[in-house]
Amino acid sequence: MSKIKSAFEDGKAFIAFVTCGDPDLETTATVIRAAVENGADLIELGIPFSDPTAEGPVIQGANVRALSGGVTTDKIFAFVKELRRDVKVPMVFMTYSNVVFSYGTERFLSACREIGIDGLILPDLPFEEKEEFLPVCHAYGVDLISLVAPTSKNRIAMIAREAEGFLYIVSSLGVTGTRSEIKTDLESIVEVVRQNTDLPCAIGFGISTPEQAKKMADISDGAIVGSAIIKLLEKYGKDAPKYVGEYVKSMKDALYTCRKVHENM
Amino acid sequence: MANTNGRFGIHGGQYIPETLMNAVIELEEAYYHYKNDPAFNAELTELFNEYAGRPSRLYYAEKMTRELGGAKIYLKREDLNHTGSHKINNVLGQALLAKKMGKTRLIAETGAGQHGVATATAAALMGMECVVFMGEEDTVRQALNVYRMRLLGAEVIPVKSGTATLKDAVSEAMREWTSRIADTHYCLGSVMGPHPFPTIVRDFQAVISKEIKEQLLVKEGKLPDAVIACVGGGSNSIGTFYHFIEDKDVRLIGCEAAGRGIDTFETAATVNTGRVGIFHGMKSYFCQDEYGQIAPVYSISAGLDYPGVGPEHAYLHDIGRAEYVPVTDDEAVCAFEYLSKTEGIIPAIESAHAIAHAMKIAPKMEQDKIIVITISGRGDKDCAAIARYRGEDIHE
Repeated sequence: MSKIKSAFEDGKAFIAFVTCGDPDLETTATVIRAAVENGADLIELGIPFSDPTAEGPVIQGANVRALSGGVTTDKIFAFVKELRRDVKVPMVFMTYSNVVFSYGTERFLSACREIGIDGLILPDLPFEEKEEFLPVCHAYGVDLISLVAPTSKNRIAMIAREAEGFLYIVSSLGVTGTRSEIKTDLESIVEVVRQNTDLPCAIGFGISTPEQAKKMADISDGAIVGSAIIKLLEKYGKDAPKYVGEYVKSMKDALYTCRKVHENM
Repeated sequence: MANTNGRFGIHGGQYIPETLMNAVIELEEAYYHYKNDPAFNAELTELFNEYAGRPSRLYYAEKMTRELGGAKIYLKREDLNHTGSHKINNVLGQALLAKKMGKTRLIAETGAGQHGVATATAAALMGMECVVFMGEEDTVRQALNVYRMRLLGAEVIPVKSGTATLKDAVSEAMREWTSRIADTHYCLGSVMGPHPFPTIVRDFQAVISKEIKEQLLVKEGKLPDAVIACVGGGSNSIGTFYHFIEDKDVRLIGCEAAGRGIDTFETAATVNTGRVGIFHGMKSYFCQDEYGQIAPVYSISAGLDYPGVGPEHAYLHDIGRAEYVPVTDDEAVCAFEYLSKTEGIIPAIESAHAIAHAMKIAPKMEQDKIIVITISGRGDKDCAAIARYRGEDIHE
């Protein structure tokens, strides 16, 4: 049922995160098109939240800029509907539980199906609480993406077994943001994931350079990048799409040099 | 599974990043182990009595009773505890628990600074490292408490994100905890956040109602007709309510900070103006806009200036067991002045919200009825701010 899998069918996936409405929705649209033209395989669309507790300063800044620019969940739905006319890669929403819950879970997910959203990532929704949204996600054919963290240990198998779409592996402790070095033993996490699911898995948090992306994708099925893209938006504002395009190309080029795709795929 | 016992009706739960899940599970296991451990409880009781000065007094406010001309009024004097508020009850419990778990570092959020000072105190006592997150705006409003925490050896980190107040301090403490878990315990200051915090904090604060019950039975030979406490996150109030929840004839009254009024946007009265949401690890009532963005809240009291309320309060509201009433800045300031002049007790501006409501209902009650008001903290910290509210140019 999942369209998300298609993002991983042509080599290692590059997953780009953008906060909708930072600094405005027109720029978000051009940034996404630039990312897709340059090889992004899956787009994570952030719906801004007033208090994003899993984010570092960079993405917090994007949330603030987007909300002060007046973006709302309804405006984002209309925006995605328009974007879907030409953007064909899988797209997922990344937001916080209250944004979905407060809008009305049923109403939110029915809109997701209508506008062509394939999945939902809620960083403040652990395995134990997923029943809050899962039945409604299923009713509307939207994958609820699970996260695995460096501290998950005995929980990895349980999470992987019930995962859908793809597995989001959090590379490091702490919040989102670029890091000079990623020290977690990700190979052993991926190994447990592989033993428990055939779904693809991608690594995110802290990745900014092509070298890091290659390293992460070598041991998994793809790399997720958020803060590094947001930094370009922060720096270049409405002129960011060109720079994001170049950046995505450099990242995607690095991923082409990765080891062969996992045979489970 | 943790999920089943972390609920109060529909409220509570554990809406936190996966990174923190094993930490809260480990905390829950440790808590349920030590909760019934006689040695742990003996050690905690010793700290409560010899260090914090418990049991706190249940004082008959005779003059106030006479003046208001209705119900008999008792004050539960949590303001007389070491560090000047009820916060020390929870902090001593959590610090001791953290120490047993092998943690060497405490982190905490603080609004007015009372919980930060209490945490810094416990950390000093137990030889632990301490980092306190405090909204930058609050570090200015409560500069003296910032100095106190530093004096006690804690590092105070001003939080600039969001509205730079209590909710942002909680967010930042959560972020810090996700980046450093192995040696660090997050000493949450109220009955909020993910399970097991609302339960742990309630249990450590329940000593308030346990003592009220015992003390009042000695003094009056009966239970109170109403117990009243202020509600921000809700720790002193749940502590005041807890042992009376099953005594259905005892009214439980929580006083929320209405700020400039519940018909304005400048309010922090969550139960009265909020709706159900998911934030800071829990499902409960929150002040929020139509899209679920958390609302900036306002109260003269930095300790009640929080957009949510603990999940057990949300539940007690849903089932109609407790009443939650709004009290404005003006009413609280009048009560602050009234108690100072009438009984010679300067209450925290937070506690003054509870006094204000008691002043409204006591005159309407029969003289054989009894009200207990919890004075959650002392008011020294608020004197300069209240003076300014009254137009006097006084700064700390």
